[in-house]
Parts: sequence; C-alpha cells; structure tokens
Amino acid sequence: MSENKKEEIIKVNHITKRYDDNSVLEDFSLSVYEGEVVVIVGPSGCGKSTILRIMNGLEPIQKGEVTYRGEKVDGKLGSITRIREKVGMVFQSYELFPHKTILQNVMLAPVLVQKRDKKEVKEEALQLLARVGLAEKKDSYPRQLSGGQKQRVAIVRALCMHPEVLLFDEVTAALDPEMVREVLEVILSLAKEGKTMVIVTHEMAFAEAIADRVIFLDAGQIEEEGTAEEFFRHPKSERAKQFLNSFTYEKK
Amino acid sequence: MPNLGIEVLFKGTNMARLLGGLWVSLRISLIAVGFSVLLGIPLGIIMTAKSKVIKAFTRLYLEVVRVMPQMVLLFIVFFGTTRIFGWNLNAELASVIVFTFWGTAEMADLVRGAFISIPKHQYESAKALGMNSLHVFLFVILPQTIRRLLPLSINLVTRMIKTTSLVMMIGVVEVLKVGQQIIEANRTSSPNAAFGVYGTVFLLYFIGCWPISMLSKYLEKKWSNT
Repeated sequence: MSENKKEEIIKVNHITKRYDDNSVLEDFSLSVYEGEVVVIVGPSGCGKSTILRIMNGLEPIQKGEVTYRGEKVDGKLGSITRIREKVGMVFQSYELFPHKTILQNVMLAPVLVQKRDKKEVKEEALQLLARVGLAEKKDSYPRQLSGGQKQRVAIVRALCMHPEVLLFDEVTAALDPEMVREVLEVILSLAKEGKTMVIVTHEMAFAEAIADRVIFLDAGQIEEEGTAEEFFRHPKSERAKQFLNSFTYEKK
Repeated sequence: MPNLGIEVLFKGTNMARLLGGLWVSLRISLIAVGFSVLLGIPLGIIMTAKSKVIKAFTRLYLEVVRVMPQMVLLFIVFFGTTRIFGWNLNAELASVIVFTFWGTAEMADLVRGAFISIPKHQYESAKALGMNSLHVFLFVILPQTIRRLLPLSINLVTRMIKTTSLVMMIGVVEVLKVGQQIIEANRTSSPNAAFGVYGTVFLLYFIGCWPISMLSKYLEKKWSNT
C-alpha cells in the first residue's frame, strides 16, 4: 500500500486489553501513517473506542505496546503529557469545562501546558472558533451551547494544541441528527488539509467520504481492512456484509 | 393588644446581654466551622480513596456522628471526660470540640460527594489535552468541586449555628440561656416576657442565619447558570 512509504506515527503492536476477565482486544496491531485518515467501524462493544483510548494512554494494557513516533505511550509515564500534546482526542460527550467560557476552554491547555503567549493563543483560538462558525460564542459558557456547537468547540480546543494526530471517538453519537452534519463538516475540512486522524464512527456515509483506510473490527479483531471504496462497495467478509446491511432498510 | 413582654429587653443591659449571648453562639459555631472546613476538606479527599479500610473507618465515623444526638456528644465530652480522664474542660471548649467533630464529618462527606460527582470524562478530556495530574486537579476539578460544595457547606453552617442552642445544656451561657435568665429574673414584673424574649431570640437566629442561607441560594443560582 502507498501508506507504507509514509512515516509511521502511531504503532499499536500486539496489544492485549482485558477488563477484569473479559478480553476486549487480543494480540491487536495497527499502524497509523502520516497524513492518513483511518476510520474504525464495527458493531457496538467490539473495542473501537478502547483502541483510541489506548492510543492516548487513557487505558492500561496487559500486553504489547503502543508507540508514538517510537516513544512508548503509557499513562503512567511522565512523558505521556508530552505525547498527548501531539495526539489530540475528542470525546463522544465533548466534555468542555463547564466553569470556563468557550474561549477559556480553548485557551487553557495551550497557555498552561505549552506555556505559549496568551495573546498569540487568543488570536489563534478566535481564528479557529471563527472557522467553525462560533466566534460570537467566545464568551458564552458551555451550557448555553447546543450539542453540535459544543462538539465543534471541543474540536477547536484539541486543534489549538497543534496536535499531529487527532483521535475522534464517536463524536456525533450523542448528537441530535440535525447537528451531526455541522460537526462532520469540520472534520472533513481537516481531512482536506491532510491532518492525520483516527476516527471511530457509526456514520457510514461520513466514513466512506473521509476514510483513506477503513478498519472493520469485530470482537476485538480486525475482520477486514481496505480503502473506503473496497470496504463499502465490495466487502469481502460475511461479517462485514452483514454489518453494512444493518444500515440499509427495505420495506417488506 | 396584649402585653408582648418586649419591654424587659429595654431594662438595664438586657439587650446588650442578649446580643452578647448571640455572639457566644456565633463564636462557637464559627470557630467550629473553621476547624470543620480545615479538617473536613482533607478528610473528604481521603474518603475518595478506593481503599476499603479507609472507607470502613470514615463510614463508621460518619455514621456515629449522624446517629448520635449532638446533645449526647456534648454530655460525653463535657461530663464524661471529667470522670474518666479527670479533664476539666471549659464548656465552650467542649462545645467547639463536639461541633468540630460533627462538622468535620459532615463537611468531609460533602467534599467527597462533590469530588465524585465530577464526571470521569472531565479528568480524561483534561488529560487528553496534555495536562498533568496537578493541572487537572487545580484548574479543572477543584474549581468545579468548590462550586458544587459551597452552597451545601453554607447550609451546614446555618445548621451548626442553630444547633448551638444545645450548648446551654452543659452550662454555656449563649443567646438562649441569656434569654432564659432574663425571663426568670423578671418573672414577677413582666410575666409575659417569655414571648417577647424568645421571640427576639428567634429573630436574632433569623438575622444570623437568613443572610447566609440567601447567599447559598444566590451562589447556587449563579453557578448553575454558568
């Protein structure tokens, strides 16, 4: 594949993840290359979100290792904060900080963690907010925004850290259907810029539009992998066909 | 209009004595509140620990405080320690000890509740932005905890002020006791003083607690809007 010529950014190497005695991922491996948009799809509970959380060092693993540009990703190591600056993550429930305004939400980490100049960060934050159409909300508090607006702010908050990779964990799953598009449009525009992203989603049309590579996960295993065209138009495995069929309806 | 028995308050230094008694009540409760906050916050943080032993001990402490009437605690600390250890505690000190013992437990439970009410995702989204544990605690978790905590702890303060009326049982001359003394002393000249004096004591408690309670309502409303 052409991705192999590009630099490998995140490498998930033969990891095993268990919750108590339930194995979620067994001997799982995945590499993410520079400039690539990887979309992970699969039935609920197949471990998709867990993979993203592990990539960000939010979940301990029992075996194997995850590296970011060769450096070990481990929530217990001091180096994790530096890695997380480079690997941004946006969650399903957006989780803005409710006691801070929109602008403060975006500015907090760049000023605090990266010790950047307040004025410069503010300028960038305002630019990014304008880009997602929320400049006039800068002094509002999260609870005054709709779900879709909050999720756009959460994306801006992650972007303002200048991450090299962005992880999107079912970012539209908690939204009303009419707000899904405004959020996905933002992510599509990031893909156009060539941002490296790993996306977990249930929006199949979106996945097809944005993915360079689709990973179909079932019960903690990669069941099928391919380009968006290959996976959505010509799925090979039975499980993938079944899964894709579950999104289409016919009148009986 | 019947004689309300208010006139006794204007005799001699009666009003000043009553206010002095109010000050004793407020002093005991405020000192106890101060200690309760100082001890309750760290204890509350300790109570969020996952250790079963810590949980069992703090739970036991909290239950003892909740189940035991404050008056029994006062009697144990004031009379009991004199018999057993030969301590001769000053009644006001005994009151402060009992109220601190009680307030610390309640405060710790409020702190614990406020901390665990912060969703796990708040920690995670802060961490995902590269913040270290100290940053997460100071800039994300603590401010939200304080917002949740303040209205509840102010409520605790008014409860503590009210409950100081019990300390007269171990001989502290606080506002209610002063009121009683005034009524007793004027039993013949102002037989209706009970109404006027206790009514005034009621008003004094009200003046003491109501603004605090309003402040708590105000903060609750203000912060729920942000």
